[in-house]
Amino acid sequence: MTLTQGRLLALKTLLHLCFLLPLLYLAAAVQGGAAGGDPVQYVIHFLGMGALHGLMASLLVSPLARWWKLGALVRVRRLLGLWTFAYALLHLGAFLVLDLLGDWALLLSEVVRRPYIVVGMLALLILTALALTSTQGMQRRLGRRWQRLHNWVYLVALLAPVHFWWSVKSGWYEPALYLMLCLGLLALRPKLWNFKSFQQIVTNFNRG
Amino acid sequence: RPLTSVSSSNYGIGDELTPEDKILTHNNFYEFGTAKTDPYKNAQGLKTRPWTLSIEGEVDTPLTLDVDELINTLPIEERIYRLRCVEAWSMVIPWLGFPLSALLKKANPTSRAKYVAFETLYDPKQMPGQASRFAGGGIEYPYVEGLRMDEAMNPLTLISVGLYGQTLPPQNGAPIRLVVPWKYGFKSIKSIVRIRLVETMPPTTWNLLASHEYGFYANVNPQVDHPRWSQASERRIGAGGLLSAKRIPTELFNGYGEQVAALYANLDMGRWY
Repeated sequence: MTLTQGRLLALKTLLHLCFLLPLLYLAAAVQGGAAGGDPVQYVIHFLGMGALHGLMASLLVSPLARWWKLGALVRVRRLLGLWTFAYALLHLGAFLVLDLLGDWALLLSEVVRRPYIVVGMLALLILTALALTSTQGMQRRLGRRWQRLHNWVYLVALLAPVHFWWSVKSGWYEPALYLMLCLGLLALRPKLWNFKSFQQIVTNFNRG
Repeated sequence: RPLTSVSSSNYGIGDELTPEDKILTHNNFYEFGTAKTDPYKNAQGLKTRPWTLSIEGEVDTPLTLDVDELINTLPIEERIYRLRCVEAWSMVIPWLGFPLSALLKKANPTSRAKYVAFETLYDPKQMPGQASRFAGGGIEYPYVEGLRMDEAMNPLTLISVGLYGQTLPPQNGAPIRLVVPWKYGFKSIKSIVRIRLVETMPPTTWNLLASHEYGFYANVNPQVDHPRWSQASERRIGAGGLLSAKRIPTELFNGYGEQVAALYANLDMGRWY
């Protein structure tokens, strides 16, 4: 099978719907009471899980493209990454607006003092940099450095499940499952296994 | 079912009540699942009649009481209390019930009774969270809680059998639960089947799970943060939509210091959180 323009467009539309419809569901659940009498935690958790799922989907693209020998598949990666960023931003926004009720001072003090929030913020910061440099123009302008910068998503794939694990009150099964899945997605990247190229990536990290 | 009360008191705290529908659909009751919406969804089939409560241990008169008998013999009061969750949200709830002290006195505690240990129903067939560690958040069941004897005998400590003029809904801990308004909500154990008077400090569920996060006392205290979040303020769940909620400063002992501060005069509350 080849990925024709038409098929790519259909796939992209489908993926957009996969992220858009849950947001509509969330709005309806909050309105209709399905999210409970006080949906704050529900909304925050829903958006966080959406971001995590988007992240994992975007990390699945290049292994799939390799297995299926479908190079053009990587063209859906940008939309997945941007949706991941959007969910992560909404996740933080919901925490700030619905839980802390706009108390910026409390947000800042929590960010500094709570390790799980530090971890989450770090992941979001990286996603922000990746989103801002996701255009083709930026890709051209950054040249080789673009790939180096976007390798930072591997760090996000560790930070995000750790943030999830650290944030729950009890019950480590679910976060552990997500951490394993993320580690699995990283393990699918031969260049992270090859010591030399791994070293190269780390060196690139250090150089920024 | 409707439940009438002989008196009503808010202990000088005139906060606006949390609407009934929010109290009924936002619950932590891990026996029915860990999401706030789970207890309302999964607890409706809980069989709350017949139900017996036993009072045993260091007592002269061990008792096994039928819940309906209990409701009919002890005068039911309405108590409007703040409920402060350890997760930094709070409600104001009109409970119906009677002081725990009235119940304990029926069993005649001995002089060796230093603590009171409570236990929730253990019935994995009815409680999906007990049947599966995944659904139950990985905590050990049955849920157990405890109070020091003087805390248990404090007039504020309530055994609740109803709220908003009705008997307790299952998700709120039917048919009989504890309410300790100056402590974080997890102390107020639900659906109690056994009360045991004991000589030594009994184990408590959240303390067993994470002792550095949840102490035995668990007094509401804005100065002692949870290791992962601040306890200095709380989100009050009131009437109105999502954005109309308010973040208010948390008060020491949840505002009930006048009634309970003396219990802890000799206790380092930074160490014994």
